[in-house]
Amino acid sequence: MTEPNGRFSQWLRGETDLFDEARSLILNQDGVPPADPPKKKPKRRKTGAMLHRRYTMFHILFVTSCILLLALLLSAVMDLPTFGDPYAPSSNEVSDRYVADGLEETGALNAVAGMILDYRAFDTFGESTVLFAAAISVLFLLQHRTDSHRHAFAPVTTNENDLILQTAVRISFPFILMFGSYVVLNGHLSPGGGFSGGAVLGAGLILYGAAFGREGLSEKLPPERTSRITVICLLIYAALKCFSFFTGANHMAIEIPKGIPGAILSSGFILPLNICVGIIVACTIFNFFLLITEGDD
Amino acid sequence: MLEHIINMRFEIAAVFLFAIGFMTLLHPNLIKKIIGINIMDTSIFLFLAAAGYVDGRTAPIVTGLGADPSQYINPVPSGLVLTGIVVSVSTTAFFLALTIRLYRKYNSLNLDKILLLARKGKEKV
Repeated sequence: MTEPNGRFSQWLRGETDLFDEARSLILNQDGVPPADPPKKKPKRRKTGAMLHRRYTMFHILFVTSCILLLALLLSAVMDLPTFGDPYAPSSNEVSDRYVADGLEETGALNAVAGMILDYRAFDTFGESTVLFAAAISVLFLLQHRTDSHRHAFAPVTTNENDLILQTAVRISFPFILMFGSYVVLNGHLSPGGGFSGGAVLGAGLILYGAAFGREGLSEKLPPERTSRITVICLLIYAALKCFSFFTGANHMAIEIPKGIPGAILSSGFILPLNICVGIIVACTIFNFFLLITEGDD
Repeated sequence: MLEHIINMRFEIAAVFLFAIGFMTLLHPNLIKKIIGINIMDTSIFLFLAAAGYVDGRTAPIVTGLGADPSQYINPVPSGLVLTGIVVSVSTTAFFLALTIRLYRKYNSLNLDKILLLARKGKEKV
């Protein structure tokens, strides 16, 4: 066999750049000034007209493809099993098993919590890591700001004298926090869990920050500290799940006590995992708020 | 046929929401593009939640050992919606951060203007 010598395999070996030609074409069109100035003017006008025509073409194509997509999806939807059909292929033995044996195997009344934090806990760890990665990217993007754009975005609420908002927040803030903690702590017993409860907690913190100005809260919870708390919670999550995987894969008979089904302290690791996820979500959402509204007031 | 359409109303609404979000992407304003992507996300959540529903069954809060699976709806799509919401929130925050950076550099939210300015290599008109 001879060595493949096409352009693609050359590019794979790192010898040539496939996109070099295209890139130089684009740059010559508008970026780099051409060699002789007198020829420049008619050329540019031509490209401008061409660009405009392409722009309209793009719009027409886009709308047509959208209508085509709509028709395609509608015809596909009409072939789906009827809404609420108990014999639909999606409700198969997998979901039956989660519901039937979930309580015995995970100790959680809420089958969804048992599913995402016990059977598929690794998946949820990935989700929390996605949130963390987003928070870190936003932190990187918005960290260094120039002073010339201090008022780039109009402030949402910076009114120190907004009595109605402040009184309402002062009354409702403890209840929002209490409800958020309830949803997190009862994640294995009732609808809810780390993600929804963490979102409630984060929304409460955002409300407080919007009513009383972000200085007070951002001093207590700066982005660096919330990131640190998030990392610690992720590590605790990883350690707990590593323990489960290690003991499970090696057939070690270390049973995590399940407790009485229905009690708060039950269902093994689901409660601590829910708390970790709740703290991660609350910190991340509040972090987004602090970073995105930076420089408002 | 009409009865089938009425039965499939949630899925059809999800498809229309998806198309609306897709059309919103055409708008040159970056914030409206982000809103369009969020509408598309929401349509997917509606579709998944509709796929998990079974007539006459309750939420999967199992109250006793040896539960009968034919009493509860399918819990798997609920978990998928949860995953989808988290990813949607993360990507939205990332888009917004990128938009803020673009606005600080070019002082505009119009993508066409930004592209023109970026081609000319100019900042801040």
